[in-house]
Amino acid sequence: MGIQGWTFLIVGATFALYIGIAIYSRVASTSDFYIAGSRVHPVANGMATAADWMSAASFISMAGMVAFLGYDGSVYLMGWTGGYVLLALLLAPYLRKFGKFTVPDFVGDRYYSDTARVVAILCAIFISFTYVAGQMRGVGIVFSRFLDVPITQGVIIGMVIVFFYAVLGGMKGITYTQVAQYCVLIFAYLVPVIFVSLMMTGNPVPQLGFGGTVADGSGEYLLDRLNGLMTDLGFDKYTDGTKPKIDIFFITAALMVGTAGLPHVIIRFFTVPKVRDARISAGYALIFIVLLYSTAPAVAAFVKTNLITTVNEVPYNDAPEWFHNWEATGLLRFEDRNNDGIIQYHANPEINELRIDPDIMVLASPEIAQLPNWVVGLVAAGGLAAALSTAAGLLLVLATAIAHDLLKRTMMPAMKEKTELGIARITVFFTVLIAGYFGVNPPGFVAQTVAFAFGLAAASFFPAILMGIFFKRMNKEGAIAGMAAGIIFTASYIIYFTFINPEMNHAGHWWFGISPEGIGTVGMLINFAAALGVAKFTKKPPQHIQELVETIRIPRQMMKGETGK
Amino acid sequence: MDERAKAYWKRNLTLVASLLTVWFITSYGFGILLVDQLNTIRIGGFQLGFWFAQQGSQYVFIILIFIYVFKMNKLDKEFQFDEE
Repeated sequence: MGIQGWTFLIVGATFALYIGIAIYSRVASTSDFYIAGSRVHPVANGMATAADWMSAASFISMAGMVAFLGYDGSVYLMGWTGGYVLLALLLAPYLRKFGKFTVPDFVGDRYYSDTARVVAILCAIFISFTYVAGQMRGVGIVFSRFLDVPITQGVIIGMVIVFFYAVLGGMKGITYTQVAQYCVLIFAYLVPVIFVSLMMTGNPVPQLGFGGTVADGSGEYLLDRLNGLMTDLGFDKYTDGTKPKIDIFFITAALMVGTAGLPHVIIRFFTVPKVRDARISAGYALIFIVLLYSTAPAVAAFVKTNLITTVNEVPYNDAPEWFHNWEATGLLRFEDRNNDGIIQYHANPEINELRIDPDIMVLASPEIAQLPNWVVGLVAAGGLAAALSTAAGLLLVLATAIAHDLLKRTMMPAMKEKTELGIARITVFFTVLIAGYFGVNPPGFVAQTVAFAFGLAAASFFPAILMGIFFKRMNKEGAIAGMAAGIIFTASYIIYFTFINPEMNHAGHWWFGISPEGIGTVGMLINFAAALGVAKFTKKPPQHIQELVETIRIPRQMMKGETGK
Repeated sequence: MDERAKAYWKRNLTLVASLLTVWFITSYGFGILLVDQLNTIRIGGFQLGFWFAQQGSQYVFIILIFIYVFKMNKLDKEFQFDEE
């Protein structure tokens, strides 16, 4: 069977599985719809969190980005895993004990203020929309390359699937499909890498092969070989960075703190039965995530080495078949500058004839390594699983933000549960449509806005929630001032450098050499400073709020008066 | 807040602070600030600083969370704050 046949078969089978799960887990109450009735097993929640978190960007783009950035790519590897330590130790158990549905719920209740709630709702909506557009685009790319379906139709198919299980099953449906999607995506990610690692280094464990020797009898270490290839072509060594250290530091911090502040990740910890489960499920989630994240840098090094050796200085007409396949998608471009009919890959843009979009590194890796056709189909299904699972989690956050936080909690508290559930479902419908529109017509600024999403999460949610738990004295004035200062600062810095004055967007003009990607860390510090300063000079939060903080700090559900004042 | 809750909270903060110190040292310390010094040490094909940045820090993160879970569950029981 050819690549297309296998892809249709595998993708079709996984889609049938997701729909089956959705029908099996349909729901009738808002608690089931928003947080799966808080009955999800911690291991299942760990897998669902991993699938929720690992987006099309993690599956499709990350290894490619690391391949092109070398050491500098570590910001993503550390940044997108280290945040889970913060989540597990500082946020998840307490939010579970608090025991409502959403992040704006916590911010609004803890700071006894609808203003704070609305700020949180707006941030949640902005962050989630930014993200979901990228997922739909990922779905489109996979469909167009592997199934020869036009991007528009691919996006529509993806929309229908997500819509189906999100509307029917809410958080419950999403959770169990995410468990299945995690299994599909991790299997799809690991199988080709294990093959490639065996072929290149003789070691089936990519994490070890990565530091092993090349399997051609030379005894040379893979990373040394790669460093040699890179310097021959005029690049820096793969294992050395080019970004300034301060920028690496701040970007890593912004990604970590941003991760811990993302509403679609936080909301997952409301779905487990107990505080104890919230702690351990963060641990399971990180194991499942690291399975992919520790493999990605190995993929990056393997594919990069492979790419340079199979393509550089090869006559165009003798280039392997995958080269021409991917040229057709426009993600790979060859321009014969010196008209010698041979492909030259070089650091110097005057000589370089090859332009490679990092997105193809993972998707093309089975073809580059000449793996069987079914592996290619599997990778397509994995990419779709990653994109769909994240999209569904985000759509749910959007639906809860609008139906629950905005309408029920802020505007119409008298609303009946059945009406709220209906509105939540309608909201999913419209958000799917909008997300689909952006998937078909991707705004050119998607890449920049992702930095924006992390920056905002880092500068708004993370400090507000952290102080809400660990600093009893924090009051509404302080929290609102902190969030406002953090958001305004971060947003202006990013907007200035990416939209208003993009030509100034390089290290010479940045403050202290911190790029817009890393500025969320500074935004967070400003938030803390403003909040603490204002809280010092305004009055204490009311007694019942201080008691609320005391109860969320203790896992056990205390009877009235048992805390013994 | 009663004495028991206060003591519990203090123990919790000490634990979290010590785990986050390790978290900071392995990622920001070994993976970023000290990467050049550690890169002079080699283990197999890996330079140590590069390994911490792309592999080691992730493994340490997992271990930290599980230590936290184990210690907190014990602390909850000790103070009888565990869930039934």
